[in-house]
Amino acid sequence: MTVTHVHKDPDALTMVITAELEAPVERAWQLWADPRQLERWWGPPGYPATFVEHDLRVGGRAVYYMTSPEGERHYGWWEFLAVDPPRRLEVHDGFADDAGRPNYDLGVGRMVITLAERAGRTEMVITSHFPTPEAMEEMLAMGQEEGMVQAIGQIEGILAGSAS
Amino acid sequence: MVVDLLGAEWADRVFHALADPTRRDIVVRTLESEHSVSALARHYPMSFAAVQKHVAVLEAAGLVTKRRKGREQLVRGDVGTVRRASRLLDALEAVWRDRVDRMSEILAEPDGGTP
Repeated sequence: MTVTHVHKDPDALTMVITAELEAPVERAWQLWADPRQLERWWGPPGYPATFVEHDLRVGGRAVYYMTSPEGERHYGWWEFLAVDPPRRLEVHDGFADDAGRPNYDLGVGRMVITLAERAGRTEMVITSHFPTPEAMEEMLAMGQEEGMVQAIGQIEGILAGSAS
Repeated sequence: MVVDLLGAEWADRVFHALADPTRRDIVVRTLESEHSVSALARHYPMSFAAVQKHVAVLEAAGLVTKRRKGREQLVRGDVGTVRRASRLLDALEAVWRDRVDRMSEILAEPDGGTP
């Protein structure tokens, strides 16, 4: 049990995840700071992430893609807004086209990661703000079968059709 | 977690529940306000028991909740299951729980995962 607390706010499209990691803060920081380590945990099995750019400084960018089992690539980008090793990382995140160029159609999200020492372990808090439900769907679609993601989004549509 | 929420079983239950027009109508009505099963039954040309059955299917899919008040059973649409933003957040929570699990595995490697 490493995730210790989750807070979700559907009105603000925000989620806060608190987790405890069995490692010192400096070590935990490397999970984010080293793109080769990021690649090992960002994508689920079957949908590996590849970071082609990871310029860890304020104003720097990261560009990554996730590869589906069918070989399709979904691109995303981050822009580092705050880099305070080993305690705090803040990024804007969005989607990109096949050349890694940002696509702003679905909006831009924000993610804040803080790491704090707790008796030799690390308490990690990840605050994600999603710009639109469509961006949330796209985020999910990067790492799983698209049919399942569509299913999640359909209930309201079915009900709306019968409400008249 | 991911399997629970996004698994085929979950989708099957929800879409089977919503495949019936009476059940869809019950969800829409009970999202607006709480209804007793007997009040619902008056809207449809079927027996109380048949309506009760429909409510049970919806309850199993997590689309409505039921509570007892005296001799009545009150039914309310579950906004959390119906609202897209809530479901998407649930799915993203599952994604992050899996990510944290993978982080922990890396940190547990003998060399602490450092290359």
